[in-house]
Amino acid sequence: MHKVYSQILQIAGDVITVEAADVAYLELAEIRTSHGVSLAQVIRLDGNKVSLQVMAGSRGISTNDKVRFLRKPMQISCSQDLLGRVFNGSGQPRDYGPPLVDNLIDIGGPSVNPAKRIIPKNMIRTGIPMIDVFNSLVESQKLPIFSVAGEPYNELLARIAMQAEVDVIILGGMGLKYDDYILLRDTLEERGALSRSVLFIHTASDPTVECLLVPDMCLAVAEQFALKGKRVLVLLTDMTNFADALKEVAITMEQIPSNRGYPGDLYSQLAARYEKAVNFEGTGSITILAVTTMPGDDVTHPIPDNTGYITEGQFYLREGHIEPFGSLSRLKQQVNDKTRPDHRAIMDRMIQLFADYRETLEKRSMGFQMSAWDEKLLRYGKRFEEELMDLSVNIPLEQALDRGWKILADIFEAAEIGIKDSLIKEYWPKEAVAQ
Amino acid sequence: MIKEMRRGQVVGVNGNMVTIEFHDTVIQNEVAYVLVGQERLKSEVIRVRGKRAELQVFEDTVGIRIGDAVEFSGELLSVELGPGLLGQIVDGLQNPLPQLAEQYGFFLKRGAYLKALDERQLWEFTPAVKVGAKVKAGDKLGTVPEKIFQHWIMVPFAFQGEFEVTAIVSKGQYPIGTPVAKLKDVIGKEHQVTMVQTWPVKMAIKAYTQRLRPAVPLVTKIRIIDTLVPVAVGGTFCTPGPFGAGKTVLQHLLSRHAQVDIVIVVACGERAGEVVEILKEFPHLVDPRTGRSLMERTIIICNTSSMPVAARESSVYTGVTLAEYYRQMGLNVLLLADSTSRWAQAMREMSGRLEEIPGEEAFPAYLESRIASFYERAGVVKLRDGTIGSITIGGAVSPAGGNFEEPVTQATLKVVGAFHGLSRDRANARKYPAVDPLESWSKYKSFIDEAKVHKGVSILRRSHGINQMMKVVGEEGMSTDEFVDYLKGEFFDAVYLQQNAFDKTDEATSAERQRHVYSLIEDIIDQKFKFANKDESRKFFQQLRQVFVTWNSTTFQSVEFLHKEQDIRQRIADLSASPSLAIGS
Repeated sequence: MHKVYSQILQIAGDVITVEAADVAYLELAEIRTSHGVSLAQVIRLDGNKVSLQVMAGSRGISTNDKVRFLRKPMQISCSQDLLGRVFNGSGQPRDYGPPLVDNLIDIGGPSVNPAKRIIPKNMIRTGIPMIDVFNSLVESQKLPIFSVAGEPYNELLARIAMQAEVDVIILGGMGLKYDDYILLRDTLEERGALSRSVLFIHTASDPTVECLLVPDMCLAVAEQFALKGKRVLVLLTDMTNFADALKEVAITMEQIPSNRGYPGDLYSQLAARYEKAVNFEGTGSITILAVTTMPGDDVTHPIPDNTGYITEGQFYLREGHIEPFGSLSRLKQQVNDKTRPDHRAIMDRMIQLFADYRETLEKRSMGFQMSAWDEKLLRYGKRFEEELMDLSVNIPLEQALDRGWKILADIFEAAEIGIKDSLIKEYWPKEAVAQ
Repeated sequence: MIKEMRRGQVVGVNGNMVTIEFHDTVIQNEVAYVLVGQERLKSEVIRVRGKRAELQVFEDTVGIRIGDAVEFSGELLSVELGPGLLGQIVDGLQNPLPQLAEQYGFFLKRGAYLKALDERQLWEFTPAVKVGAKVKAGDKLGTVPEKIFQHWIMVPFAFQGEFEVTAIVSKGQYPIGTPVAKLKDVIGKEHQVTMVQTWPVKMAIKAYTQRLRPAVPLVTKIRIIDTLVPVAVGGTFCTPGPFGAGKTVLQHLLSRHAQVDIVIVVACGERAGEVVEILKEFPHLVDPRTGRSLMERTIIICNTSSMPVAARESSVYTGVTLAEYYRQMGLNVLLLADSTSRWAQAMREMSGRLEEIPGEEAFPAYLESRIASFYERAGVVKLRDGTIGSITIGGAVSPAGGNFEEPVTQATLKVVGAFHGLSRDRANARKYPAVDPLESWSKYKSFIDEAKVHKGVSILRRSHGINQMMKVVGEEGMSTDEFVDYLKGEFFDAVYLQQNAFDKTDEATSAERQRHVYSLIEDIIDQKFKFANKDESRKFFQQLRQVFVTWNSTTFQSVEFLHKEQDIRQRIADLSASPSLAIGS
């Protein structure tokens, strides 16, 4: 029988301090209050003073409530039975299914030995030209979707999940609006994907601390599936809420904040999660797509900023489309030389021309005379936006590349676009007439 | 003399910091082990107050309990130095990662440490001194061939004063632990010397006679760097840039192409995937200078972002200590640290846990001095036998928000000799390497004549100025001459400063080719063209650029190269004019 302590010395924020002996760092405990039972995790040891973050929040805790240490860190059951199930941020069932207790594994396990990693080589096709052509998604990649409130990021996430060829989908919701949770779940269900999905959902109305464990649970489960040879896609939305929860606990613990109140280890905390993306040689893989909403659409805010340094690129979702500038897949070079010889040239040149187009737009808005070149750029930009950038465009990569050549040839002369002669010879549409 | 193991016990845990109570004595910065069940977690003493000391633990601290035992080792955090380091992949504490993987599989195991050097491997030792010779720390006692180098077996750097060689083994095969020499100090005490020695990472190895001024340009084969913002052999440079600006790609290019003997890559708190690219690619890449695999001249220290934070801090020191060791053999070493910001953040995390009074952005007050003393470990030195060795240090900096005003960038700029600032605008426009040619600076000299370089910089400035002006008054507000200058600047940028890292030829340009191509660029900058109007000039430069880019990917001095060059020169000649004819539209 575990010893029970009932000497709560301090309650501040969602952290309580209790006097206890023989407690391990990051051990789990159970607190029994008049409102029910909640899990709590040890986050600091100082002599016999033990600080715990309480999952359900500290509201209603009495100084003589009972704390029972469970002598184990946070664990999650991991088996095939997880598929199709929905859990909350403490790992308890959120659907009406039974709790799972078999094959418990620790969450937040050790890091993969870099020497055991392999160079990613498989492209994940999404049917979205802005991704496939310009910033290809690669198996084992970790990519955030930088967006702002109001943008259809969860819809984009759902669409990629449905179209990407993976074996298991793990969805982690943090501070998710209830409606969005239902939307994501229903999309998975309608398209028959729920049976190969596991959902860990913390909604906006749940206690803040509960969202802290969501990424770790998702990734621990993902790791188990990947080690069994499955290609796992982990979707996390929204990591900003996770970082804000970290901030809340850090401030409660009186840690010295580094930047806008966020703890100094924000980078390491985020990295520990994102770096779980991996391709295990000979077995499966984990690919992570995570939504990060940027407070005030500011990419220099500590959350998107630290995220950008960790992840292998980022997609900017703005005004309903994936922005060509700033969006980047760092791993695309691993795969886009194996698709078609013209892939890289089209990717580079079309973006450069689009940048020129944006500049011309600026010039025009200031009332400057448009040169013949400017006119061409304006026509080009418009067609680029309509035929490639629009999120409703859903075509395979090869078709998108052909469409790119067509747009270029309709507007420019071959010599104007600065692509290597050999490629021009092969791909420049013959019937095109420069205008 | 057997000393009893000094011990202590845990009284507090806060993240990766453990507070302990000790009974006897402790040494600041000594290595200690926290005993958790069967595991021994390596840590370092970082503060002592009364009978308590704080340790930073180089491992995950989950499961540590109050009262757990702590053992002190009496040694400062050190690395092993000896033959067999080249080609290694180690973590921040010098544990060889491939060997760990062999034993423990996919995941890093807490508390598992391995010796950095293979104790069974035999090395062909050739003595270089005779009995009776007088030697000092750092002097060569013999050599063993290691990969493509003659690896010096030296008098240990910790030996103070003069010694007399009283015994030395004959030429033959020995493992590193074999005593190869006996040295007698001034009071007649004999010391055994093996092929391996240890050295505390946070202290610089200074077994040389003199530090020299870095004056020879380091050929990196990156045109924008070599021509505009060069680095000197033995110099220091930093590469700050926002995420996505190509810091790591640039560092990888440097590690592949820079003309040095040895490259040490410290992947400090960055993505594991990036290191993997080096790990997997380097063994297959051939170093054009030696014809051997690039891995043979490379050491990788890999403490990526999800690995323990405290070991991240030590990884930078481990790297520079290994660099110093090879410098002592008269070799030129390039140390690339990616990223020094993560190292600074590791210091910040620990400083926060120690509840030190924070400086700007919560970085500790000693941030600047730590950064300065790290870069100061670079330099060209003259060894006791007159040989010259060098360490060039290049540090990537990841400024928060891409803003160079932040403390780490500012502290770094104060101590480096060259600043390669990467710009988000250039990266967004896919202009790689995204080094900003107008913001960046270097205190070193290029191998291209200064006056010529100046010409290039002026046209860039002028072009930039005209571009800014055109944004206000429009193209129509500029004369054709001005417009042509604008195009010249853009052209110079596009065909020379930008380089295609994914083109086998264009990714690296030799010094000779740079001189050759730059002189043609200079001709174009100087050239007065006769253009009827702006559209014609734009078209001309677009086409010229097209040819030039193709030219860049031809092999130097090949038939195709010469042919393309002829084409370019002809195009220029066709449109050149005497100054009197060059009147705008």
